[in-house]
Amino acid sequence: ALTTGNMAASSDRNPPPFPTAEESEPGLCDMADADSDEGEDIFVSNVGSRFGDTSNKLTCVFRFALSQSQKACIFFISQLTCIQEEEAKDSFDVDVAVTNPEKVGDGMNAYVAYKVSTRTSLPMFRSKVFSVRRRFSDFLGLYEKLSVKQSLHGCIIPLPPEKSVVGMTKVKVGMDDPSSVEFVERRRAALERYLQRVVSHPSLLQDPDVREFLEREDLPRAVNTQALSGAGFLKMINKASDAVNKMTIKMNESDTWFEDKFQEVENEEQQLRKLHVVVDSLVIHRKELCGNTAVFAKSLAMLGNSEDNTALSRALSQLAEVEDKMEQLHQEQAASDFFIFAELLGDYIRLLGAVRGCFDQRMRAWQRWQEAQSTLQKKREAEAKLLWANKPDKLQQAKEEITEWEARVTQYERDFDRIGMTVRKEVLRFEKEKAKDFKSQIIKYLEAMLQSQQRLIKFWEAFLPEAKAIA
Amino acid sequence: MSTEEVKETASVLSVHDDSIKVTEVLKEGDTLTFIIVSQKLSGTGEYHVDRTYEDFEWLQQHLFSQGDVPGIQGVIFPPLPAKPQVNASPRSIKQLGFLALGECQPYCKALETFLQQVAAHSILSKNKAVEVFLTSSDPPGRQKVKKNIFNRLSQAVEEMRKEGHKDVDEFFQNERDHNLILTGCTKTAAEKFLDVVATEQKIAVACGHFSTALHLCVEPGEDPDKQAFSRVCVKLSEVFESIKKNMTSVAENNVNTLGLGLDLESRYQEAEREMLFRRTCKLVELENAQRNVEKAKPVKKAAMEEVKKAAETEFEHTSGVAKQEIARFQGARVEMLQQALVGWCEKQLLTAKESADQFNQHLEVFRGMA
Repeated sequence: ALTTGNMAASSDRNPPPFPTAEESEPGLCDMADADSDEGEDIFVSNVGSRFGDTSNKLTCVFRFALSQSQKACIFFISQLTCIQEEEAKDSFDVDVAVTNPEKVGDGMNAYVAYKVSTRTSLPMFRSKVFSVRRRFSDFLGLYEKLSVKQSLHGCIIPLPPEKSVVGMTKVKVGMDDPSSVEFVERRRAALERYLQRVVSHPSLLQDPDVREFLEREDLPRAVNTQALSGAGFLKMINKASDAVNKMTIKMNESDTWFEDKFQEVENEEQQLRKLHVVVDSLVIHRKELCGNTAVFAKSLAMLGNSEDNTALSRALSQLAEVEDKMEQLHQEQAASDFFIFAELLGDYIRLLGAVRGCFDQRMRAWQRWQEAQSTLQKKREAEAKLLWANKPDKLQQAKEEITEWEARVTQYERDFDRIGMTVRKEVLRFEKEKAKDFKSQIIKYLEAMLQSQQRLIKFWEAFLPEAKAIA
Repeated sequence: MSTEEVKETASVLSVHDDSIKVTEVLKEGDTLTFIIVSQKLSGTGEYHVDRTYEDFEWLQQHLFSQGDVPGIQGVIFPPLPAKPQVNASPRSIKQLGFLALGECQPYCKALETFLQQVAAHSILSKNKAVEVFLTSSDPPGRQKVKKNIFNRLSQAVEEMRKEGHKDVDEFFQNERDHNLILTGCTKTAAEKFLDVVATEQKIAVACGHFSTALHLCVEPGEDPDKQAFSRVCVKLSEVFESIKKNMTSVAENNVNTLGLGLDLESRYQEAEREMLFRRTCKLVELENAQRNVEKAKPVKKAAMEEVKKAAETEFEHTSGVAKQEIARFQGARVEMLQQALVGWCEKQLLTAKESADQFNQHLEVFRGMA
């Protein structure tokens, strides 16, 4: 088995791993694709949480979005992903990364292609390290294939990120402006989390479509992805749930586990939605704080310049620089709030929708079984009638049909039981992973906040003697 | 001293100027009453008086109307904060800036500073109104004071033109130019800082909401995985409560130190601007008088000469006082800003350290969680 991934410094990777706090490169994020895998290590440390770490690759995103004059991008959140989480209990058999977004084509037909890289020790793959290029619709296509498989019914199949006409239109126009940069990075990170969740699911990893997605050079273009925005999926789920509620034959659950769990899942989805709204507003305010801090810093610089008293002038100019640094801190905090919490909550809201989908699949399996039983019953009645009517050839056919339907009833009952077991297993696994996922994200967040505070302390400690030296 | 001499000398303030404190404010409906305490110069003991904003205005009017004090127009009058309102209109809040924030402490501090500066001023402290204001148990009279010489309420075009009038003294011309720039810069800095504080408060509120909302995710039950998640939610709620407290402290520190400092500096620059304008007006008066002398017919010449001499004297007195005031002001403002900056830095440093400790503690809790 592999050891954990390690973010080496590599300018090929896009977004690039980040300079340390001591470096202050003014480099812009390089959006050009460099295809060389030589010596490149792009895999996020994702040991521990089998649902995969939420990749917190912060990029120039917020920097561009907020202050073009920022010189140094200190993406300490990404540094946190460099800090290996030594939960060495489960080393990973498969590691995936989504990187190097690149615009292909021009105008309204343009799209973004991502590099999907895999590192694995499993023999079922063609090699140990390989990569392919995929576009967004490919990811949707993968989900579509997985979600209709009978064999995977009952499984919680992770959801790809949502389609966005607005976002993509901006990108088609140009990839350089701040909102496009932010959109692409957000999508890239979400696609990565999606794939990581897929490959950490034992059943999904075995699926040939997953393997093909990761390995095959030229993937046939996915069709029928219209319905498959995340919002579209949720609409589907909700419609199905309504259909289930309107079912004529009500299920009589001997075990209330399923009903109770379903209710819990619905409640939890509501709570997470509320949380998501609050986090969104928090992110907006933090971004606002960045802007205000930058403006304040400028006003201090002007004040310092206009000041006659040399010591005071110098102190004010220094203060302007401190405020500039604080703007950067605020940016990172905003990004932290966003990439850690907002996206985490968003992911889980959608995953809970997927969980509801599994319950729905179980209900439909039950329905199918019930309908088959009902059909069997009708066939038996028909046979009885034919016995009386004495039509030997029709009787033979009726007997054959009964046998067929008896087999079906048995099969559907087995399916229903199987799906029920799968759902139970999946839900338990999901809850374990959820607690772990949240916990590990919160730790990342706290580490980021702590670093923030420590840098803040340094700024203030450096400024204090300047302030004292004024008079 | 004989009683006659006592009557002729100006009033001497009987309290320590730096002991003056505005200790609390009482709200009765729409009226705000401020309690002012000051230490007696002689022996022990304090004066406790209660004053409304109108009383402050009364004091200010008296200070403005000292026409008999030579060179009074050259004084940089300590600025009185704008009128506070119990249910403040948006415009009033905007006008008050930092002083509108918090539970009145910034505003009380600003009033306190005003009184301390008046009491410490060599010329102004001699006015009897100051003694009456600080020591008399009865509210000072509310009668309208005679029209003061500082009505600059109407910024007529002519007035504005006077402001740009070229000076005869390089020192003053420089001071006027510099003051103009500095006034603008300071006001802008204060406004932008206020925006920063407002956003910090919004963040604190949002963190509070998040903290509360997390409690809704806590679920009862014995399922160990459910319990694990519930624990996570509870602990995260505590984290955000900490973040909220931290943000609130940061905002408070901002207001109480640098905020107040920038606010005072801004108002003081305005006060200096007004003084310089008054002196410029005197200059214009003098130059007009000089022209009148030259143009005057022999019959009127002597009278015009008298007028010119009076204007000259007044201008010289004003300029003399102004020069002293400017020197004092420049020293005082640097010291004031230094104190504000040092105080701000120290407070924020302390808050940041406390916050780092808290994050550390939270981190330990989470790492230790099963």
